[in-house]
Amino acid sequence: MSDILVRIDGKEVEASQGMTVLEAAQSAGISIPTLCHHEKLEPFGGCRLCIVEVQVGDWMKRVVSCVYPVEKNLIVRTRSEMIDKIRKMILELQLAHAPDSPELLDLAQEYGADKDRFDKEASFCIHCGLCVRYCDEVKKKNAVGFVDRGIRKEISFIPEIAAKECWNCKECFPLCPTEALQAAFVLTKSLTSPPLSHEPSSEE
Amino acid sequence: MPRINSPSELEKLRQGILSDRDPEKPCITLCSGSACHATGSGDVAASIETEIEKQGLSAELDLRKTGCHGFCERGPIIVNHPEESCYFQIKPEDIPEIVSQAVKEKGIVERLLYTDLNTDEKIINESEIPFYKNQKRLVLGSNGSIDPKSIDDYLAIGGYSALEKALSQMTPEQVLEEVKKSNLRGRGGGGFPAGRKWEESRNAPGDIKYVIVNADEGDPGAYMDRSLLEGNPHSVLEGLMIGAYAIGSHEGYIYVRQEYPLAVENLTIALKLAEEYGFLGKNILGSNFNFNIIVHKGAGAFVCGESSALMTALEGRAGEPRPKYIHTAVKGVWDNPSVLNNVETWANVPLIINKGADWFTKIGTEKSKGTKIFSLVGKITNTGLVEVPMGITLRDIIFEIGGGIPGDKKFKAVQTGGPSGGCIPENLLDLEVGFDELSKAGSMMGSGGMIVMDEDTCMVDVARYFIDFLTDESCGKCVPCREGLRQMLKVLTNITEGKGNEGDIKLLEELSEVAKEASLCALGTSAPNPFLSTVRYFRNEYEAHIKEKRCPALSCKELITYHVDPDKCQACMICARKCPADAVDGDKKKIHIIDQEKCTKCGTCFEVCPSRFGAVNKISGESVPPPIAEEKRIITRKSKEK
Amino acid sequence: MDNDRVDQIIDKYQGEASSLIQILLGIQTENHWLPKEALERVSEKLQVPLARIQHIATFYKAFSLVPKGRHEIHICVGTACHVRGATRVLDTVRDLTGIKPGETDLDLKFSLETVNCLGCCALGPVMEVDGKTHGKIAPGKTADVLKNFE
Ligand SMILES: Cc1cc2nc3c(=O)[nH]c(=O)nc-3n(C[C@H](O)[C@H](O)[C@H](O)COP(=O)(O)O)c2cc1C
Ligand code: SF4
Ligand code: FES
Repeated sequence: MSDILVRIDGKEVEASQGMTVLEAAQSAGISIPTLCHHEKLEPFGGCRLCIVEVQVGDWMKRVVSCVYPVEKNLIVRTRSEMIDKIRKMILELQLAHAPDSPELLDLAQEYGADKDRFDKEASFCIHCGLCVRYCDEVKKKNAVGFVDRGIRKEISFIPEIAAKECWNCKECFPLCPTEALQAAFVLTKSLTSPPLSHEPSSEE
Repeated sequence: MPRINSPSELEKLRQGILSDRDPEKPCITLCSGSACHATGSGDVAASIETEIEKQGLSAELDLRKTGCHGFCERGPIIVNHPEESCYFQIKPEDIPEIVSQAVKEKGIVERLLYTDLNTDEKIINESEIPFYKNQKRLVLGSNGSIDPKSIDDYLAIGGYSALEKALSQMTPEQVLEEVKKSNLRGRGGGGFPAGRKWEESRNAPGDIKYVIVNADEGDPGAYMDRSLLEGNPHSVLEGLMIGAYAIGSHEGYIYVRQEYPLAVENLTIALKLAEEYGFLGKNILGSNFNFNIIVHKGAGAFVCGESSALMTALEGRAGEPRPKYIHTAVKGVWDNPSVLNNVETWANVPLIINKGADWFTKIGTEKSKGTKIFSLVGKITNTGLVEVPMGITLRDIIFEIGGGIPGDKKFKAVQTGGPSGGCIPENLLDLEVGFDELSKAGSMMGSGGMIVMDEDTCMVDVARYFIDFLTDESCGKCVPCREGLRQMLKVLTNITEGKGNEGDIKLLEELSEVAKEASLCALGTSAPNPFLSTVRYFRNEYEAHIKEKRCPALSCKELITYHVDPDKCQACMICARKCPADAVDGDKKKIHIIDQEKCTKCGTCFEVCPSRFGAVNKISGESVPPPIAEEKRIITRKSKEK
Repeated sequence: MDNDRVDQIIDKYQGEASSLIQILLGIQTENHWLPKEALERVSEKLQVPLARIQHIATFYKAFSLVPKGRHEIHICVGTACHVRGATRVLDTVRDLTGIKPGETDLDLKFSLETVNCLGCCALGPVMEVDGKTHGKIAPGKTADVLKNFE
C-alpha cells in the first residue's frame, strides 16, 4: 500500500494505509501514553489516555490515537495544554480505584496528577479490558468477561471455564496494570475450590 | 389478499376501499394508545362494543380504535364522525349517550365537550381547541383517523402513494435529490441532514447496505416515537422503503424497545400486511426493487440509541459504542454501509416525496424545515404530544398550546433534548424552536422531550437527576464518561444534601470539560449539558445549596423540614392519619406536631392538609421552630365555646 | 425452563448468533428470569462464549439473573414524573417493601424496578403493579395499593 506522510510533533513520519496514529508515532519513536492498548489486540479506545490533536487542513480535533487511522498530510500534536489537562484528569480518576498501580503512578508524575484528588474506591480494576480481550482474541477461551454497565461495570471469571483453563495459562496476569485481575481470580478460585455450592450442577 | 403487482393495481385497490366507505356513515373513533389505555380506554372500547350491540346499531355505526390523538391530559378521547365532535375523559358510563347521539344527525353530548378555560364556551371540533389550533399536525395528524392495525385505513388516506410515486416515477437519484433539497434534518438527535447521510451511504462501496429505524426512544421524558409507531406504523415503514430505494438497500431493521409492547405488536402486524399486499418482498409494485424489514427488540439500554451502539446491538452483542472516525453510513452493521434515522425522520419522508421539497421547505425556519413533535410534559396544564412548525416560540408552545403552568405556579425552566440537553430559563422563552437555536442556548432539540418546570423544581436536583440517569446508562467503556460521571454524581448529590463545598462548581466544570472533550461517544460528550446549562442560568441555586445549605425550590429532601404551623393547625387529624411514617403526633383537639426523627419527608402531610388551613410548611435554610409546649396544644373549638 | 423449550426458542431464530439478544428476550419473557442452565444451553447451541452472554444478560435492563417476585412494581422515574415527585413515591415504596430498585424481597412477593417514561406523563407520577397503571399516585396512596397483594 502507498506510503502516507504524516507530521507528528513536527517530525515527518512515513506510515502506511490502515495504520493508526499511535502505531505511526511508535514507529518513529514518539511515545504516547496508553493504558488499554496492546499490539496483539484490536484497538479498544477505552482509557482515552492516548488522546492527541490532529489537524486536517484548518480543522483541528482531538482524537484517540490508538484508533484514529493515518491519512495524507495529517498533522499530529501529542502534547498541548488541553491534552495534558485531559490526561491528568483521566489519571486522577483512575488512581481513585488503583492508587498503588506503578504504571499509573509513573504517569501521574509526568502529568502532575494528584493521586488523592478523588475519594478512594479501591476496586483496583480500571476497566482497561486487557485481560478480557486477551482471553477472547488471543487465547479464545473467554474465561473472563465484563459484566454490567456504567459505573457498576466489572470483570468476572466464569468459574467453570477458569477452573479448566486458567491454572496453566495466567498469561493475562502480567498485562493487568493493577492488582484487580489477581484479586478477581483469587476470589473465583475460592468459589470454585469447594464443589459448586448452591448452583445445581449443569449437564457438562 | 393477492399481492399488488403494479401502481395501477394499487390505485384500483385504493379506489375500491374508498368506494366501499361512506364518509357520511357515523363512526366513533376512540384513542387507544398506551397513554389512554392507562386511563381506561380498554374498558371504554368494550362498552362501546356492547352498547352498539345493545342498541342494535351494528349496521349503522362503526367503531375505530385509533392511535394517540396527542391530548393525553384529557384522555380517553372520542371523536364522532362525520360531525367531528370530540369528547374528553370518557368513562364507560358516558358511552350509552355517546352511542345514541352518534347515529343522530348533528347529535352532540354537550356535557362532555371541551370547555374553553377563558371563555367558558363549549367547543365541538378538535381543530378549534387551543391545544390543537396552534399545532401543525402533518406527521401525527393521521393518528386520529386510522386504525393502526388496518392497512386499508392507511391506504384510504393515501398511504403508500409516495412509495408508488418513488418507484414508478422517480429514479433513486431523484428521490435522494428531493430529500436533500428538502433539508430534512434528523429528528432523533443532532439534526444531521438526512439527505447527506443517505448520499454518503449510497456512494459508499459495498453491495449490502442497511437502512435502520431508531425506535429506541431512550429519552426518559418522551414518547412521540412510541405514539407514531403505535398509531401509524405504515407511515414509518413507507419512509424506510423509500429511503432503501434511494440508497440501494434491500434490508431494513427496526430497533424498537421491548418496553413498547403495543408498538411492537402494531409494527409486526403492519409488516405482515405490507408483505401480503406486496409493499415488501421481491419486485415491489413491479419495479424490480426488493426489500425486507426485520424487527429487532431492544433489551433496555439508553446508550443503544447511539448509532454505533445500536448497530453493535443489532449484531447481537452488548451495546457498547465504537469509535466512529469512519461514519456508520459507510461502515455500520457488520461493516456495511448503514443509514440510521429516527422514527419521526422516516415518517416525514413520504410527505416530502408526495408533496415535494418545495412544499416542505416553506414550513419552518431557514435552517430547520418542517415540523417537530414534542412531548410536552411536566408542570404543564395540557400534557400531551404536540406537533409544531419549526420556528414557533417556546412561549407559544408552553402557554398557547400547553395552557401554561397549573396551580398558579410560576414557570421556571423548560428542559429539552433529554439527558443530552439542557434547561432554558424564562428570559429565553421567545426563542424560536430550531436545531441551531436550541443548541446555542445550551440545550438541544434532541428527540423531542420538552419538560416544563415550575418554581417547585430544584435545578441542582434536575442536573443530579440526569447525571444519575447517565451513570446508570453509560456503557462503562471509557474513562471520562464512566469515572467522570461517577465523580460528578457524587459532587452533585453532596450539594443537594447540603454537603457541598466551595470549589465544587469548579470541579464539576473541570470534569465536564474532560467528558466533553475525551469521551468516546456522544452520550459522554453531551452528558455534562444538564449541569452546564443549569449552572449557566441558575448559578444562584447552586450557591444557595452550597453556601447557605438552602434549597430555594424547597425540593431537596435533606435540606427541607416539614413543620406544622401551630397557629393554623385545626387538629383535623388528616395528616396524622395519612402519614406513612407515623410521624405526626396529635389528636382530635390537639395541635399536631411532626416528629422530625421519624419524618421521612415524603410530603404527604403537606399535600393532604386542606388548603383552607394550609398549616403544613416547608422550611429550608432556617432553623425549625421548637415544638410548642404541651399545654398550649389543646384547641377549644369555637362552635363549642358558645 | 427445560432445555427443549430453550431449544424451541433458539430455533425460532434459526439459531443465529446475531439473534442472541432476541433469544434471551424470548426466554426472559416466558420465564421471567434467565436461569444459568438456560444461558449455558444458549451458549452451547449458538457457539457464543458464556462470558459474552453473561455480559449481555447483565448489560441490558430487561434481563434478570434471579427469579422475580410474584408481583412486579414499576415506578416511573422519567423526567416528567421526576419533576412531579416520583422520588418521594419511590422512597415511600422502598420503605414499605424494604427493597431497593432491582431487588426482590425474600418471600418473593414483590420485585421493585424503576422505569423510564411509561408514556403516560399526563398521569405522573405513575406506579405500575403487574401491568396495571396507578396514576397521580401520591406517596401516601402507595400503601393502599400495595396492601391488596398477597
Ligand atoms: C446516548 C444516545 C442516545 C440516543 N438515543 C436515541 C434514540 O433513542 N432515538 C433516536 O432516534 N436517536 C437517538 N440518538 C441519536 C442517534 O445516535 C442518531 O443520531 C439518530 O438516530 C440518527 O437519526 P436522525 O438523524 O434521524 O435523528 C441517541 C444518541 C446518543 C448519543
Ligand atoms: S462515552 Fe460513555 S457511553 Fe459512550 S462509550 Fe464512553 S462510557 Fe460508553
Ligand atoms: S490506549 Fe487509546 S484509548 Fe486507551
